[in-house]
Amino acid sequence: MTKERPSKPYTATQNACKMCTPLGAALAFHGIERSVPLLHGSQGCATYMRRYLISHFKEPVDIASSNFSEETAVFGGGANLKQAIENVARQYSPSMIGIATTCLSETIGDDVPMILAGMGASIKGTSLVHVSTPSYTGTHMDGFHQAVAAVVDRFNPADKRIGYKPKKKKTVNLFPGMISNADIRHLKEIFETFHTPCTVLPDYSERLEGPSWQEYQPIQEGGTPISVIEKMNVAVHSLEFGAVLALNADKGVDTAGGILKDRFDIPCTRMPIPMGVKATDRFFETLSEVTGKPVPERYQKEKWRLVDAYVDGNKYVSQKKAVIYGEEDFVVSLAGFLSEIGIIPVICATGGKSGLFRQALEQTLPETVWDQMQIHDNMDFTRIEERAAALPDPPDLIIGNSKGYAMARRLNVPLVRAGFPIHDRVGGSRILHIGYKGAQNLFDTIVNAILEKRQSDSSVGYSYM
Amino acid sequence: MKSISVLKDRKKQIFEKGGSEPFDMSCEKKSLAGAVSQRACVFCGSRVVLYPIADALHLIHGPIGCASYTWDIRGALSSGPELHRMSFSTDLSETDVIYGGEKKLKMALTELIDQYSPKAAFIYCTCIVGIIGDDVDAVCREVEAATGIPVIPVHSEGFKGTKKDGYKAACDALFNLVRRYPNPEPKPLSINILGEFNIGGETWIIKRYYEAMGINVVSVITGDGRVEEVTRAATATLNVVQCSGSVTHLAKMMEEEYGIPYIRVSYFGIEDTSDALYRVAEFFKDAPEVMEKTRELILNEVKAVIPGLETVKKDLAGKRAALYVGGAFKAFSLIKALKTIGMDVVLAGSQTGTSEDYAILRDMCADGTVILDDANPLELAKYVMEKNADLFIGGVKERPIAYKLGIGFCDHNHERKIPLAGFEGMANFAREVHETVTSPIWDLVPRRANKNTGKGNGK
Repeated sequence: MTKERPSKPYTATQNACKMCTPLGAALAFHGIERSVPLLHGSQGCATYMRRYLISHFKEPVDIASSNFSEETAVFGGGANLKQAIENVARQYSPSMIGIATTCLSETIGDDVPMILAGMGASIKGTSLVHVSTPSYTGTHMDGFHQAVAAVVDRFNPADKRIGYKPKKKKTVNLFPGMISNADIRHLKEIFETFHTPCTVLPDYSERLEGPSWQEYQPIQEGGTPISVIEKMNVAVHSLEFGAVLALNADKGVDTAGGILKDRFDIPCTRMPIPMGVKATDRFFETLSEVTGKPVPERYQKEKWRLVDAYVDGNKYVSQKKAVIYGEEDFVVSLAGFLSEIGIIPVICATGGKSGLFRQALEQTLPETVWDQMQIHDNMDFTRIEERAAALPDPPDLIIGNSKGYAMARRLNVPLVRAGFPIHDRVGGSRILHIGYKGAQNLFDTIVNAILEKRQSDSSVGYSYM
Repeated sequence: MKSISVLKDRKKQIFEKGGSEPFDMSCEKKSLAGAVSQRACVFCGSRVVLYPIADALHLIHGPIGCASYTWDIRGALSSGPELHRMSFSTDLSETDVIYGGEKKLKMALTELIDQYSPKAAFIYCTCIVGIIGDDVDAVCREVEAATGIPVIPVHSEGFKGTKKDGYKAACDALFNLVRRYPNPEPKPLSINILGEFNIGGETWIIKRYYEAMGINVVSVITGDGRVEEVTRAATATLNVVQCSGSVTHLAKMMEEEYGIPYIRVSYFGIEDTSDALYRVAEFFKDAPEVMEKTRELILNEVKAVIPGLETVKKDLAGKRAALYVGGAFKAFSLIKALKTIGMDVVLAGSQTGTSEDYAILRDMCADGTVILDDANPLELAKYVMEKNADLFIGGVKERPIAYKLGIGFCDHNHERKIPLAGFEGMANFAREVHETVTSPIWDLVPRRANKNTGKGNGK
């Protein structure tokens, strides 16, 4: 690999390639049936994150706030938090309130677990789940994973193991990380085809992409029911997506799958988000092993159709250069997919700083592309753009969320939108990334982006490929 | 399904005109904890007002979130530099929180000023800065002395009040610039346009009107804004203030310090735009040619847009509109503008209205109109359904409420790309309302389709 340039030549972050921790938690809480997120902090945090998520999902996203005032900051947020919980419970009758902290409540040192314990950890049948998400640590991805782990922890206490192992219903737990609605739906469909019950946590695919309504729904339908989360400890296996998450877990960081492994000895297999043929093969092989069932024929067909499409399009993508960015786990999997079709991810960048990004990429990518790649963590868009502009050959593609748009426009390089957030297009939540079908979608989109650029740059405007 | 209930503590902020309850709006309060207010925070108020100043550095001092969520967020256009469309943050980490962020702030500032050569720098303090006790003022003084450009702290810690307090902090920062101009001499026939943010190019429309009237626009605060222009503001003879909530504080300070009077106007709708221009012309009555030119301008502009408005009115007459906006002043204009195209207002609310604002609103509205202060999604949904609205006017957070219920939507927020100000803005507004209200898709949406075919609405 080329020698790493210093990733942090400036002190200020310019056009961040990350969001703050509570945003991830608020999104994860949306994936639990009848749950309402509540941010313990200023009103602005909740409102900004709502706006940010609404702009991607184009759906109502309600996030409550404990709405700090100056007095709250001085005397502590306990009373505000209690009032907020009571009001959310009254107005929404939720099954759960997911309470995420913010930089403000963390810094003044509010002891949220104690406040909640004082309320009996629930209020009129509404469970209160806390996750600590100070925005000055980690990114939205950390908040997301921590919220999922907090929910699993809360509803699967070590002493509450149900004393039987179901024989027929061999349920698998799936912790997919932050993926699109279309991805979640595709995963659920795969499990259905395998005739294997699966608990996906979180599952916001219905809540954040529902039908038109007859009546207003204070809380949209959908999400993983708490009654199902409570049975995660009797599953036969847990699957956890995310290459960096896996390395973090190896280092001893608590993950949802890890908690179930430690407490209930449920085996947990961790793998990168299955993007591309190789990663999807691995996913299906694991699924086949775990369920003892062969991979259904339709997926074999999907796979070979995909490989055939790779063949048809091979010369348009081979040796093309792409700049990619986003969450660490997303970039690692995207890079894996690109390298199998011959696109070189010349810049792999992330706003995350787990310190494991390079290692995860090395594990995923063939050594043959290593020396053609720059790997940068803790990056912002200004630095990504500087490095992209400094490449010896201009990149053919930029792939990532819509926050790379300004950079792509200035560099005059096509932007293929993938990941989160997609603020400047419709259908961001319907982008399919995973499985053979997701790879097919990404492949077609990428080839067509390259063709479109060639066509628009051409002086004659040819009408065949 | 059971009907949506309203929280007890919120009942004094919701009234139906002509209803049984006496009208006594309880407003200008902190949002109720847990009520999912549509409001943002102090920081948001400061950020939106200063945002359009395109040649200034806007550095957000705090953890990354506040900067991430406000990157390129406003549709405020610039005719030149576009530094305002960048998002700069000190991105405080845990160690900064423990040991203080002053050093990092100073380094970031020095570095960014060196890299971008801005004409001034605004440093926004976020929640955490107020807690860890960074002396931001001292850092600003130090960097100002070293770089020679104005480096101005904006005390916008999110929890220290409401969005309105953020407006005030922004005005203080603007006044800091204004006061730097030595011995300002008033220019004849000159004004400042205050509270106009050039969303979709609106400032340019308004400026063109004033130029046609023979009025000299000294500065626009802050649409298509420049530091040097803001600094000159005290050389104007009149402040013409739009968007009453956000910059009246600055107008008051300028009146006190320099004796520059101000008037409050709106450039939304034919009626209010004409009124604004006439009142400015009236102010300069010593130059009678101004009034002559104004009359001619308004006549021509109105003539140009009326036929289009009459056309859409045929389809829109009698349709019901709901509106929920930031400042109540915008609601007044919207009600008049909706009347122009034949629509009835059934719900009107604002995030930050005062009791005087709500009294005006009550007088403007017909019986049966619901008036709301600092509403939340559930309340808005409840009343747009009860009042069977055909159109909702609001921002990003209101849009999905309308759409999920099969109601047309007009974006009147700062993200929009279409100018809605002035006479041509009224034409755009009417077109946008017409497009959404008359879309054939409402026949497919269950709630509306059943209603239209008399099959009941699912209750």
